[in-house]
Amino acid sequence: MNEPTATGIGASLRRIEDHRFITGRGKYTDDIQRHGQVHAYLLRSNLAHGEIRHIDTAQAKQAPGVLAVFTGADLRADGIGDLPVGWMTTNIDGTLMFIPPHPVLAVDRVRHVGDPIAVIIAATLSQAKDAAELIEFDISDLPAVANIDRATAAGAPLVWDGAAHNTAFHWQVGNSAAVEAAFARAHHITRIDLVNNRMVANAMEPRVAIGEFDEGRGEYLLHLSSQNPHVARILLATATLKVPEHKIRVISPDVGGGFGSKAMHYAEEVIVLWSAKKIGRPVKWTSERSEAFLSDRHGRDHKTHAELALDANGKFLALRASTIANLGAYYSTFGPAIPTFYSAPLLVGTYAIPAAYCDVRGVFTNTVPVDAYRGAGRPEAAYVIERLVDQAAHEVGLDPAEIRRRNFIPPDAFPYDNPLGAQYDSGNFGVGLEKALALADYAGFEPRRAAAKARGKLRGIGMSSYIEACGAGPSKIIMAAGAGSGMFESATIRVNPSGSVVVVTGTHSHGQGHETTFAQVVSDKLGIPIHSIEIVHGDTGRSAFGLGTVGSRSLAVGGGAIIKALDKVIAKGKRIASYILEAAESDILFENGRFVVAGTDKGISFPEIAFTAHAPAKFPSDEIEPGLEETAFFDPANFTFPAGLHICELEVDPQTGATEVLAYTVVDDFGNVINPMIVEGQVHGGTVQGIGQALLENCVYDPDTAQLLSGSFMDYCMPRADNLPNFLVDYIVTPSPHNPLGVKGCGEAGAIAAPPAVMNAMMNALRPAGVTELSMPATPLKVWQALRAAHA
Amino acid sequence: MKPAAFDYHRADNLQHACELLSSSGDDSKILAGGQTLIAMMNFRLARPKVLIDVSNIADGNQVLDEDGGIRIRATTVQRFVENSESVQQRFPLLCHAIEHVAHFQIRNKGTIGGNLVNADPASELPAMSLAFDAEFDIISVAGRRTVSASEFFVTYYTTVVAPNEVLSSIRFAEPPKNSGWGFHEVARRAGDYALAGSSAIVTLDAAGKCTRARIALFGVAATPVRATAAEDVLIGEAYSEDLLKASARSVQSILDPESDVHVTADYRRSVAEVLTVRALNDAFRRAKAVQ
Repeated sequence: MNEPTATGIGASLRRIEDHRFITGRGKYTDDIQRHGQVHAYLLRSNLAHGEIRHIDTAQAKQAPGVLAVFTGADLRADGIGDLPVGWMTTNIDGTLMFIPPHPVLAVDRVRHVGDPIAVIIAATLSQAKDAAELIEFDISDLPAVANIDRATAAGAPLVWDGAAHNTAFHWQVGNSAAVEAAFARAHHITRIDLVNNRMVANAMEPRVAIGEFDEGRGEYLLHLSSQNPHVARILLATATLKVPEHKIRVISPDVGGGFGSKAMHYAEEVIVLWSAKKIGRPVKWTSERSEAFLSDRHGRDHKTHAELALDANGKFLALRASTIANLGAYYSTFGPAIPTFYSAPLLVGTYAIPAAYCDVRGVFTNTVPVDAYRGAGRPEAAYVIERLVDQAAHEVGLDPAEIRRRNFIPPDAFPYDNPLGAQYDSGNFGVGLEKALALADYAGFEPRRAAAKARGKLRGIGMSSYIEACGAGPSKIIMAAGAGSGMFESATIRVNPSGSVVVVTGTHSHGQGHETTFAQVVSDKLGIPIHSIEIVHGDTGRSAFGLGTVGSRSLAVGGGAIIKALDKVIAKGKRIASYILEAAESDILFENGRFVVAGTDKGISFPEIAFTAHAPAKFPSDEIEPGLEETAFFDPANFTFPAGLHICELEVDPQTGATEVLAYTVVDDFGNVINPMIVEGQVHGGTVQGIGQALLENCVYDPDTAQLLSGSFMDYCMPRADNLPNFLVDYIVTPSPHNPLGVKGCGEAGAIAAPPAVMNAMMNALRPAGVTELSMPATPLKVWQALRAAHA
Repeated sequence: MKPAAFDYHRADNLQHACELLSSSGDDSKILAGGQTLIAMMNFRLARPKVLIDVSNIADGNQVLDEDGGIRIRATTVQRFVENSESVQQRFPLLCHAIEHVAHFQIRNKGTIGGNLVNADPASELPAMSLAFDAEFDIISVAGRRTVSASEFFVTYYTTVVAPNEVLSSIRFAEPPKNSGWGFHEVARRAGDYALAGSSAIVTLDAAGKCTRARIALFGVAATPVRATAAEDVLIGEAYSEDLLKASARSVQSILDPESDVHVTADYRRSVAEVLTVRALNDAFRRAKAVQ
C-alpha cells in the first residue's frame, strides 16, 4: 500500500494544465498556422428543404484570392464517400432502420438550414467569404418539417422519400406482456407527457479543422478540435476519404470543450483533407459561432408519454413509456444510439420496478442532425422517471422523498439486473437521499415557503434521484446492441532512463483535467513526483488506439488501461530488481516508489530501476528485454453506474414568471474519487448545463419554414453565473467493481440530474397555485402562462 | 475580418465627422463604440460602404453640469456616465438604468449617443431620455438642431437623425426636489435586453400629493413609451395601492408590443403593468424619504 500523498489519489491537486490555459498559452487548433495555409469557407443552405437545380461557381472562382470552389458533385466524382452512421438500430419487426445517404456536400437536395452546398478556398477567409456571395444557386423551396409534431402529422411532407411518416426506426425494449399484466392489477396509474427540449452544445471553442497532404509520402495530416481523434481517423479511412488508415494522422491539441458535439465525424474534416490534396496547400476551416448553431450536432429533442403503475402502498409495479426522438435531417455518427440504447434501459432509474417496456420511434425532420450532448440519452431517461415519480407522489399523497425511499433498489441487491437489460454495479441510494435531505434542510422547508408567500413569491423544493450508465464500454454489450465498433481503451507507459514517465492514452481531455487526474493515478501508483509525469493524448500518431472522451468513460476505461499498463511496468521492475537486490522475484515488493526485499531494508528506487532497465549490464537482457515501456488495452466487463440525488430550491415571481434558483444540493456516488476538486468542477459544470436546459436554453425552429430562430446567443439563452446559486456538493462512495480504480465517472451527472430536480421544484412551487403541468425550459413566459391558465 | 469590405475614416472631431458624412454618401455610418454596429457588420446584416470613426476624438467623454440638468457628449462611453459622481448624485435613476445596459465590459466601449441613435426600444437608455425630458443636439454641415425626446424616436432602430447628421450631445433635465424614482425590468438574464421594463419619477408636495410624474417604458413597443395618461392619473393624488394600480392599468392600452422567440405581446403588456406598479411603489417610497 502506498501512503496518501499531496499528489496521489484523493488529493485536490490544482490542475496542471490550467497554467497554460489561464495565461493564454494553450494551443488550440485555430492557433496553429501551417506553412502555405489557405482558408475554406462553406456556403450553407439558407432553406430548410429544397431541390438543388443549379449551382454556378464560375464567378466565384474568378474572385480575388480564390484558389478553388468545389461542390458535392466534385467530391462525388472523386469517390468521396457519405458520412457514415456508426450505430444500427433494429425495428420491432426485426428489420434494420432506414438508412438515408449523407453526402459530405449536398448533392441533389438540401435538407436543413446550414446543410453545406459548396466550399470556397481562398488565400484569406475574407476573400473566401466575399467569393461565396458570388455563387449563384437555384434551390426550389420544398415543404419542410420543423419538429416532431409536424413530422408525425398526417400527410406531413417527407424528409426522405423512402422513410414513410418520416420514421427512421421504431425500436423497443422490455417485456410488454409483464407490463400489461402489472398495469391490470394496479391500484393507481400515473400518466405524464413530457418534452425534452432541444439543446445546442455551444462549446467555448467552435470546431476547427486543418487538413494537409504530404505528396512525397502520400500522408494526410488533420489537426482537429475533436473529442475523438481515432474515431475521426477510422471513419475517414473507411467511409469518407477512403485511404489507408496508416496514411492519416489526426491530432487534437488543446480543445476548448465539446460536450459530445465534437465526438462525431463531420463533413468539414473530409473537405479540408480532400481539398488540401486537390490544391496542394494546407486548408484551414474555423467555424464561426453562427455556423456552429447551424452545423454542430444538436442534443435531446424527445417527446415521451410515460405511465407508472403503483400498488396501494405506493410501491411501483411497472413502467411503460413511448418516446419519439427527433434525429434531424440525417443520422449523425451516433444519432440512433442516443434515444435507444443510451436512454431507454435507464427509464426505471434507481427504483425496483419489476416490469418495464419502452418503444422509441426515431423521426427525420428538416433540422440539424441530433446526437450526443452531455449525458446523451441518460438525461432524457432521468427526466421521464423523475418527473413521473414526483407526479405519482403528488397523486397518491406521499412526500417525494418518501415515495423514493419506498421504491429504491436496496443496497444488498447489487449487482442488480433491471427489467430493461442494464446490470447496475453498485449503489446505496437511500443513504445518498438522507444525506442530501439533511444538507438541504428539507425538513425545514415549509416555513421558508410561508415566508416567501408573505413576500408575494411562490417557493418550491424538488429533487431527482438519477442513475446513469458510464464507462462505455463493454465492447460485447454495445456491439450486440448496434455499435459499429468496440469501446475499449489503450494506454502506454513509457519510462525514460532518468525515471520520468510518459503516459499515452487514447482518451481525450477537452477541459476535464485529465493531465492532472491521470498523472495523480500514476504518481500514486509509482510513487514518483507529479512533475515527472507527462500525459499525452489526442494524437493518433502517438497513441496505439482509443475511443476518445465521451460518456464519462475516460477514467473508468482509460484509467483501467493505465492501471493495467502500470502493473506490467511494476512487474518488469520487480524482475529487474530481483537481480539488483539479489533476491527472489517473489520476495520483491513495490512500496512508496521503491522496490524492496520483503522483511529487509534492502531496496532500490523506481528511477534507479528505470535507469538500470536502460543500462542492461546487471540483468540478463536475453531473459528480460531492455527498456521499460508497456502498453495495455482494457475492455471493461460492464458499464459503471454513477447515481446521486439533487435537491433544488427556488422562488417564482408569479406576476412576471421569473424564477430564481436559491439553493442547490448535490450528493453523488461516483465510486472512488481521484481529485475531489476536479470532480466538483465537473459537477458544477454539468449542473449548470442542466439548470440551463430546465430554465433557459431552447433551440427553436420556425414551425412553418424550419428556419432556426435561436441561432445566436441573443436568442439562445446560455446560463451565466448570476443565474445560479452556490452549489452544495457532497459524496457517498460505493466503488465500481468493473474497473481497477473503482471509479464510475462524473462528467455528465449534473446535466442528467438537474433538469428534473429543477422542474420538480417548479411544480412544487406552482401546484399550490393550481398549475398542473409545465415544460422545459420554464421561461418567464411559460410560467406566467401556466399561472394565468390556472387562474382562468 | 468577418464583415464585407468597407472604407474607414477617422474623424478628428464631430464637425469633421459631419464633413466626412456629407462627402461619403448615404452608405456611410458613424462608428462610435461599435457594440452593435460591428456585430451587425460581422453578421453581414449591416454593410456600410464607409465607416467614420468618432471613437478617438479629443474629449470624447464629457459630462457637463448645467443649470437644471446635465449635458452628456454623445461620444461618452456609458461606463464614464455611470461612474460620474455628478450623475450618481443628481440622476441616480440614470445610473441605475445604465447598470442594466449589457455588461461593464460592453459599457466601457458602448457610447451614450450610439445607444440612443441605435434606438433599440428594448434598451434602457431611450426610455431614460423620455423620463428626463431629454433634448438631443444634432449637427450636420448645414447646421444644428435640437429635438426633444418625445420626437426623437421614430420606430424600431430608427430616429430622426438623418444620414448626413451626427448626434452631438444629449441634455437630461434634472427632476424637481422631492422626487423619487423606480426602475424594474424583466430580462432572461442580467445584461440582456429587457423583455419588458418600466421606470418612474414622481414628485411630491409637502402633503405627499403627486405634483409631477414621469413614466417611461421599454421593450414594449416600436419605440420607448412615455405613459402620459398613467402620469395624469397620479397628479394631485397621494399614495395608495389603488392609485398605483389605476395608473399602471392605463399603461396596457397604449402599448403595442410584438411577440418574439422569448415572450408574447400579451406577456409584455401584462408585465409592463406589473413593473409600472413596482416602479411607482419605489418612486413614491423614495420621494417620501427625501421629503
